[in-house]
Amino acid sequence: MTQTLKIGFLPLVDACLPILAQEHGFAEDEGLSLSFVRDMSWATVLDRLLFGHSDAAHLLAPLAIATTLGIGRPATPLVAPFVLGLNGNAITLSADLASRVLQGGTQGGGQGGLGDPRDVGERLKAEALTAKAAGKPLRFGVVHRHSSHNYMLRYWLAECGVSPDTDVEIATVAPPFTADALMAGEIDGSCVGEPWNSIAVDRGAGQIALATAQIWRRGVEKVLALREDRLDDQRPQIEALIRAMRKAGAHFIDPANWEVNARILARPEYCDAPHDIVLRAISDRLVLHQGGKPHSFPDFMFQHREAANFPWVSQAEWLYSQMVRWEAMDYHSQQAGSAARVFRPDVYRSALIGTGDELPGASSKVEGSLSTPLATTAQEGSITLNKNSFFDGSSFDPDQLEHYIQSQK
Amino acid sequence: MRIAIIDESAARASIIEEGLGALDDCEIHTVTSRDGLLARIAKISPDIVFMDLGNPSRDVLEEYFAVSRALDRPIAMFVDESDDDSIAASIDAGVTAYVVDGLAANRIRPLLETTLRRFNAFSRLQADLAEAQGKLAAIDTIGKAKRILMDGKGLTEPQAYAELRAKAMSSNRRIVTIAEAVVTAHELLGDGA
Repeated sequence: MTQTLKIGFLPLVDACLPILAQEHGFAEDEGLSLSFVRDMSWATVLDRLLFGHSDAAHLLAPLAIATTLGIGRPATPLVAPFVLGLNGNAITLSADLASRVLQGGTQGGGQGGLGDPRDVGERLKAEALTAKAAGKPLRFGVVHRHSSHNYMLRYWLAECGVSPDTDVEIATVAPPFTADALMAGEIDGSCVGEPWNSIAVDRGAGQIALATAQIWRRGVEKVLALREDRLDDQRPQIEALIRAMRKAGAHFIDPANWEVNARILARPEYCDAPHDIVLRAISDRLVLHQGGKPHSFPDFMFQHREAANFPWVSQAEWLYSQMVRWEAMDYHSQQAGSAARVFRPDVYRSALIGTGDELPGASSKVEGSLSTPLATTAQEGSITLNKNSFFDGSSFDPDQLEHYIQSQK
Repeated sequence: MRIAIIDESAARASIIEEGLGALDDCEIHTVTSRDGLLARIAKISPDIVFMDLGNPSRDVLEEYFAVSRALDRPIAMFVDESDDDSIAASIDAGVTAYVVDGLAANRIRPLLETTLRRFNAFSRLQADLAEAQGKLAAIDTIGKAKRILMDGKGLTEPQAYAELRAKAMSSNRRIVTIAEAVVTAHELLGDGA
């Protein structure tokens, strides 16, 4: 008998896996029928999840953690048994700011590529300090305060010597309004997912300066989130969904399928965006400035290989470290434990054991430690993890969580 | 009590405003544009904010309530203040409420109930309107399909309709579905007229 699951999502390209699982019949193969509820704010995606309008949702990983910890609203335990993808976001600067910090890089047809995080950061620092001294600090938009977009942008700024709290302003801007806000000068830059960077580029509102993958090569992004009690009630269906999404991921990364998948995701009921813009994101070929040529940046989105969907506990712990760092919180070991337990590798494993899919042997790893490929221990299959570094060369050892937090103060 | 209604649907906002206006001691402000949203809210300094669930600015507003020091009086999400049933009812209706910290539940309840009733009434109106528009579109499509059959096969209007109906009955589909197929096929195969 077919079981139905309702999935909440925001119209972003990285909602692709559950959508394609349904569209290509991978869900049906697992005895599932998926329906979707599309919303325009994360608050509403979350409300629907908490009050039973949806069974599971495409959600910002830090928002799943914040909800579990009871930050900003009463605590409700959520779980994330599947990472929907790594990275896929970009930092876009207003045309005006881009013309001043990207010279020699992408501006004026130079190398035609993305900027170098250090170089761009250095020039941005000068601009930020000048603007601050003039009493009109640079403003950046992010999609939500509990988002990897916020944390990645802050990580980069801080490492480049720009204090995200005192040298610039960072505020939430709804993704659909990013291009408008850049155009109107309400913000000077933004960190947002696709298709919104490309839409800003095509409207001439801004220029893509960096991909978040340049800040952390294997940065955790959206997760499939659901209520913990819902997982207990619907465990077989959720495990079936995980298997269906793994198959959708294999389909998604095959270049032969890019065109058809772009057309599906572009539809009004999903991303409601031009299909050629969706195609740029899923083929890792971004157009960086209006009228420019597509620029290939491998692993801009990273949805499948290297067990990319495995919910590493260390990823949840890194997000918690940044939550403490930027949201005026104190470190508590009990709270850190609750944050870590949001990610559920045990569920991922039990869903895929025996399928022949790649399954890591460990549940946690030192994040950002690989500068060269490394074959890793696997419970099933063989996994070679590629470069996963942070741009500043540092790494995050989850066994040293408290020390890591202290070192960033 | 100062109430802010943030809704991009001006029609719905005015229906809610009218409902709340009938209550005593309510000063109502409606905000239908996203431009300058936070500045307007700061100026209104509301005791309660109602916002439709479909509003893309919800995350912006929630962040403002959570971290802004610009507000004299902290605003909490309604979920902090009330029981799950009321929240579930408001989510079902498609509206969310934010209230000033410490506002008594018995002062909020009549406002929330009125707003929910108005929201639900508006949804019904919209559903009725969509149904009426759907019927008009169906009549239009059937008319086009009849015209195609009349022109293409030299049928009279009653004969064309009978043909559509017979096909619908034999294939267990609605007449409008058959009519849509005829119109689509004609667009693809015909001269595009």
